[in-house]
Amino acid sequence: MLKVLDSAVPVACWSCSVAHNESTLFCPDCSKIQPPISGDFFSVFGLEHRLNIDLAALEQEFHRLSRRLHPDRFTRASENEKEWSLADTALLNDAYRTLKDPLRRTEYLLKLEGAPTTLLQDQERIQIQGKTSRVPADLLEMVFDLNMQLEEMRKSKAMGQEDLELRESLRKAKEEFEGMVDAVDRDLRAQWAIWDAGDAAARQAAQHAMVALIDRRKYLSNLVRDVTELLGD
Amino acid sequence: MAEGHVVGIDLGTTNSLVAYMEGDRPAVIPGVDGAHLVPSVVALDPMTAQGSRPTVTVGNSARKALIETPERVIYSVKRLMGRDLEEVRTELKFFPFRLAGDIEAGEVPRIQLGELRFTPPEISAYILRQLKRNAERFFGSPVSQAVITVPAYFNDAQRQATKDAGRMAGLDVLRLVNEPTAAALAYGLDRAKKGTIAVYDFGGGTFDISILKLRDGIFEVQSTNGDTHLGGDDIDNLLLAIALDEIHVEHGVDLRAHPGAVQALRKAAIDAKIRLSTEPAAHFDMELPNGERYQREIPRAVFELLIEPVLKRTAGPCKQAMADAGVTPEQIDEVVLVGGSTRIPAVRALVDELFRLSARGKKPHTELNPDEVVALGAAVQAGILAGASSTTDDMLLLDVTPLSLGIEALGGTVARIIQRNSTIPASATEHFTTGVDGQTNVAIHVLQGERELAGDCRSLARFDLKGIPPMAAGLPRIEVKFLIDADGILHVSAREQRSGKAAQIEVKPTYGLTDEQVENMILDSFDHAEEDFSRRLLIEVRNEADAILAAVAKAPQNPAWNELSAEEQATVAMARDRLVLVKQGSDLRAISQAIVALDKATRHFAELMMDAAVSTAIRGRTMNEAGKEVDEAVTAPHDFAPAEFN
Repeated sequence: MLKVLDSAVPVACWSCSVAHNESTLFCPDCSKIQPPISGDFFSVFGLEHRLNIDLAALEQEFHRLSRRLHPDRFTRASENEKEWSLADTALLNDAYRTLKDPLRRTEYLLKLEGAPTTLLQDQERIQIQGKTSRVPADLLEMVFDLNMQLEEMRKSKAMGQEDLELRESLRKAKEEFEGMVDAVDRDLRAQWAIWDAGDAAARQAAQHAMVALIDRRKYLSNLVRDVTELLGD
Repeated sequence: MAEGHVVGIDLGTTNSLVAYMEGDRPAVIPGVDGAHLVPSVVALDPMTAQGSRPTVTVGNSARKALIETPERVIYSVKRLMGRDLEEVRTELKFFPFRLAGDIEAGEVPRIQLGELRFTPPEISAYILRQLKRNAERFFGSPVSQAVITVPAYFNDAQRQATKDAGRMAGLDVLRLVNEPTAAALAYGLDRAKKGTIAVYDFGGGTFDISILKLRDGIFEVQSTNGDTHLGGDDIDNLLLAIALDEIHVEHGVDLRAHPGAVQALRKAAIDAKIRLSTEPAAHFDMELPNGERYQREIPRAVFELLIEPVLKRTAGPCKQAMADAGVTPEQIDEVVLVGGSTRIPAVRALVDELFRLSARGKKPHTELNPDEVVALGAAVQAGILAGASSTTDDMLLLDVTPLSLGIEALGGTVARIIQRNSTIPASATEHFTTGVDGQTNVAIHVLQGERELAGDCRSLARFDLKGIPPMAAGLPRIEVKFLIDADGILHVSAREQRSGKAAQIEVKPTYGLTDEQVENMILDSFDHAEEDFSRRLLIEVRNEADAILAAVAKAPQNPAWNELSAEEQATVAMARDRLVLVKQGSDLRAISQAIVALDKATRHFAELMMDAAVSTAIRGRTMNEAGKEVDEAVTAPHDFAPAEFN
């Protein structure tokens, strides 16, 4: 499982000079750490691009690799080895953080596959982060109502009043939106299965669907977050 | 061990400790006075002559100077570490220290101590050096590598300041470990191997909460939160403020003008706080400068009402940490209490409520001394790094960064590039471009914090990407890599991808000392001191060697010698010759080891001699005479005479 990429280029180990596959984290002969390889987050764990992954196995592999790669294991090693361990461990941690989370994993894979996405590029993301995107058409009416209620709630809060009826209504709205988030998650999972098993055409369609679902989910969870914050419970 | 001992240090707000792995258990190293805790108090000694090197006193004796010469003493310096001028000014409202007058914005603030001024890392370095000396005295050999703990919620600047202090003290800081995580390591040694634990660390000046998942020796931090401005100090200050006001109103004396008296009152407040943890009430009784007495009883109920707002401030971070870890209180299997402030019954009640402990038939863990547990954990981490013990071989700590890392974006907003609670080391790669044709540099402002606006976050550094090849606007593609290392400290590197040119980065930390400044501080205050110290240590070890050799030389005259086998006698002779040989040289460690070897070789002889002395006593001589004989006899090296250097 240590092999990261299927590279055929043999490289000599810096320490023992035995030739090995370029994509190996440790020399198979002397076990010394090798200069970091570049690869995507899936390849770090020896995984193919798949959306359904075994999370227990992922965690186990994360722990196994951490034990070998972590800088704690290299305090008495050479400067080079320390640097490689740091770079490898950072990559491992970044990969684990991304893959263990269903949404991050989906977004990451879509980006890797070059999906025709409305997912924002780095530069754009920096500029408009925090602002909510456009409202999904079927939600317009609900969101309009909700915003009115939120505004009212803020006002009464500012005046030190507690409108129990309004609170109850907001709580209901929150539940409704949470239910919609769950529905999006179910739909996403269905698309995962299609993507994982499908041919190029099926994948293309699934990617489109997932991009839209993720947008919708972000919008919904922002709403839920706003309401939760205001309700304070 | 070829590399010498790696020690674990808890550099605390109130007290500091040094510990090491004694075989497979961590143990605290006592100071000369036998005490485990070294108060984090530094006093500048009176200057002996013009131009002489300043000397300082650290610990208990410095604390005594607090009342006599308060203007030469500093405590709680941890609260000032890595802080900018404005923050230090706010802190100093509660402390009697004076800021040096002529500091410019962006400079590291200096504290006036007597006729000299010191940066907070320099003060901390004095404490660290004391701990280093204690360890060296204990081992009889130099100590140069350490693990130092920091509050989990320390930001980049505070961590860097702590590392700087280590370097100034002549220590290679192998790792900064978060205090609550260190406590979990200390407890993890003999605990069940699986589960979710919360560490509630309420110390002298800082509060931390960490949620960890334990599995097969891997300590994976899920989330951490806290307040670096919240601790027992705040409770002391509350009591102090009330007493000062009452004295002013009732006795017409404004003690604020008498720093020595304020310190005495402060001590009384601390004593009262401590008593209130076990007693229903505490008394203030103090003579005032005008001869009157200030007497006051504080019932526990009043005390608890008074400190409630302080304690309540720990609840928010706990809830946020649980939310970030995605756990409910019911999913937390164990809670560990760390820090002296967790001795307060009201704190324990709050913890019980926050984590629904007694409702679930559980109790928090307090088995390990809350003052020592962090240092013990640091020693465990030191053991992990040294790779020297099979106990720590399977253990690995995966910690997180407490605060999100971001870049200032258009309109002064913050774009997060590494989220808080990301496992470290962590990295992020961002791409930047130019906005104007031919532009050759791009400025980047890096921030740490959770707020939306750059102005509300902590400014870490401004980077200038220079030497970008002139191109049309938007064409250059500069890749900047941000890496948070295992100490939680940020590193940045950049590359222009289109030209393949490595862009130069000029990193200008917003606060903090430059490498050069740190170097100078090492040279200024410690270089010679260290040299002197090694030399002194060498003399002391040689003296000890002489004492042992003299005793061994007399050994054959003692009847007990003949009871040894020929083989044992030969072993002693060999160990003796070895010591005589290495004593000529100046290898401290070799001499110490030879002393230990000779000590071991003569142990049986020492025992025989003791037995002989004791049985002589039993045969009708007075205990006193026998005691004298024993005393004389045991000048031979034996188990009960550990090396003691003054």
